[in-house]
Amino acid sequence: MDALGNLLLGFSVALTPVNLFWCLVGVVLGTVVGVLPGLGPAATIAMLLPLTLKMDHTTAIIALAGIFYGARYGGSTTSILLNIPGESSSVVTCLDGYQMARQGRAGAALGISAISSFIAGTVGVLGLMLIAPPLARFALRFAPPEYFALMVLGLAMVVFLAGESMVKALLAMLVGLWIASIGTDLFTAESRFTFGQMKLLGGVDFIAATVGIFAIGEVLVNLESRGGAEIFKLSKGLRNLFPTLQDLKDCRFAFLNGSVIGFLIGALPGAGATVASFLSYGLEKAVSRHPEKFGTGVIEGVAAPEGANNADAGGALVPLLTLGIPGGNTTAILLGGLILWGYKPGPLLIQEHPELFWGLVASMYIGNVLLLVLNLPLVPLFAQILRLPYYVLYPLIIGISIVGVYSVNNSPFDVWMMGLFGLLGYLMRKLDFPAAALILGMVLGDGLERALRQSLMMSQGDILILATRPISGTLLFIAATILCLPAIRKVRFWRVAAVEREG
Amino acid sequence: MTRDKGNLISGVCLFSFGIYVISVAAKLPYIADVGPGPGFFPLWLGIGLVLFASGLMFASFASSGNRAKNESQSWKTSARALAGWLAMMIAIALLSRIGFALSFVILTMFLIVALDRRPARLAVAVGIGLAVAFHLIFVIALDVSLPVGPWGF
Repeated sequence: MDALGNLLLGFSVALTPVNLFWCLVGVVLGTVVGVLPGLGPAATIAMLLPLTLKMDHTTAIIALAGIFYGARYGGSTTSILLNIPGESSSVVTCLDGYQMARQGRAGAALGISAISSFIAGTVGVLGLMLIAPPLARFALRFAPPEYFALMVLGLAMVVFLAGESMVKALLAMLVGLWIASIGTDLFTAESRFTFGQMKLLGGVDFIAATVGIFAIGEVLVNLESRGGAEIFKLSKGLRNLFPTLQDLKDCRFAFLNGSVIGFLIGALPGAGATVASFLSYGLEKAVSRHPEKFGTGVIEGVAAPEGANNADAGGALVPLLTLGIPGGNTTAILLGGLILWGYKPGPLLIQEHPELFWGLVASMYIGNVLLLVLNLPLVPLFAQILRLPYYVLYPLIIGISIVGVYSVNNSPFDVWMMGLFGLLGYLMRKLDFPAAALILGMVLGDGLERALRQSLMMSQGDILILATRPISGTLLFIAATILCLPAIRKVRFWRVAAVEREG
Repeated sequence: MTRDKGNLISGVCLFSFGIYVISVAAKLPYIADVGPGPGFFPLWLGIGLVLFASGLMFASFASSGNRAKNESQSWKTSARALAGWLAMMIAIALLSRIGFALSFVILTMFLIVALDRRPARLAVAVGIGLAVAFHLIFVIALDVSLPVGPWGF
């Protein structure tokens, strides 16, 4: 049966009233979960899994998958409005999204986030439908050296996250890498930098760190000035609450960039949506005609990472459904669900249970449409949050941060850590150290070290394994080129200045 | 404080931090039975921190003569921000003892009354209003458990 025929089969399954209803429930729940920091789709799916035992299995996977990709839609809302990343993959959206909100373009940011998520989510589903098996086979070629090279490529994005000082960005990134190394060493079970605290044996909670640095840090900066200052400009008129045609035109490449990068990175088990969003943001800035404006409220800086983290959802289902390999926490729980219901995820799943696979693919098309229809009209409503006076807004932000971080592990220690990272975020702002570079280091540090040590184990200590394998060598070459870009630009600048002086 | 002074202090702090990381990493095995040990990665991180922090300190000396770039950073207003931070940390410390609702109300009152010099009635209204909203949304609707004080909330 060809892809179109299979898709029609899928729609015949997905468009039943029961499946439509549960698709709607899943995406709405996912959006709510994504909006609120701390409440993640993984925990939500895990809690609902027992309830799905009594459901039709196709219906169950449609609902749970809806939570998975719905959360990616919701994660941008608090990132843009309150500088609190709702999901770890929405961290990058804070960089330009929140600045857009401060300039009175919260509606445009929320709107472009929904539109980009829809486009990239649809591309992700298309990719899942058309190229899942060959892509999964390609993903299998990624061994530790390739993962190391991918992480290095991700770290090379620091070039695009640095403001005026590359040295400060590199220092921030190194501190982030150090924070990622806190905890128990995976290979030898030795504890590192735990300062005698049992709670740090599992490492620093990512949500606590990011909420502290972004949300609390921002509140502290705003607390410097007493009352009366209008922190957020608010656009008047409904038309100004949505992206303009020019905005959509400006984001054409961002839509493509986010879709492709998100899907490809998502197909690599363990790479993660956060990596995809950083890479997409970096690429968007690299090709932009005004890269210096990124970080100050550029709409492409919202469209690209939001697209990437939604396309990643489609990509993440590729190894799960075709090889039975989960890419992260959420897909691991989905895998558990599939096994619980009696399926064997792997190369034969599509052939043996076409109604499950194609029903899911079709429901994702429908789910993406539902999410766009639900989220776009809510944009003006969400934007009204910014009308709150600042003496209500700041306690609200602090309250949501405390509740969100506490709810992850019911741990007051995590809330302490959030407070400490809040102070760090504040000091970084005062001293012009880019927080995004630190977060980049935190995201990639664990994977980078693990991949490097595994690679050296494979090669018995020969570091050339990283450069001699074709995929890892290519990725490392690209990363090296990106890292040399600032030096190349400086040399070009000096040459132009020298020519002008002589002229 | 000028920008260069800020860079110098940051550089010194990060240099010292790098030395600390190296000292801890040096006590961990560099090579384990099965490849690089737990000290391998942090050691190189520490070396990187020391090198780049040195670069930052050097750059602050090199540009200290350039008055055009050396504008002042305002730290006078930091006292308000740090007071707010301290209040938040005290509220976090009180979470387990008096519960989220009460510690949040106290924090809100401090932010509005002490830092912003607004009426106490407004602060109480905002604090209680938000605490009730959090309870309804998170505890009741989303079944999230929050720290509870001896009075049951």
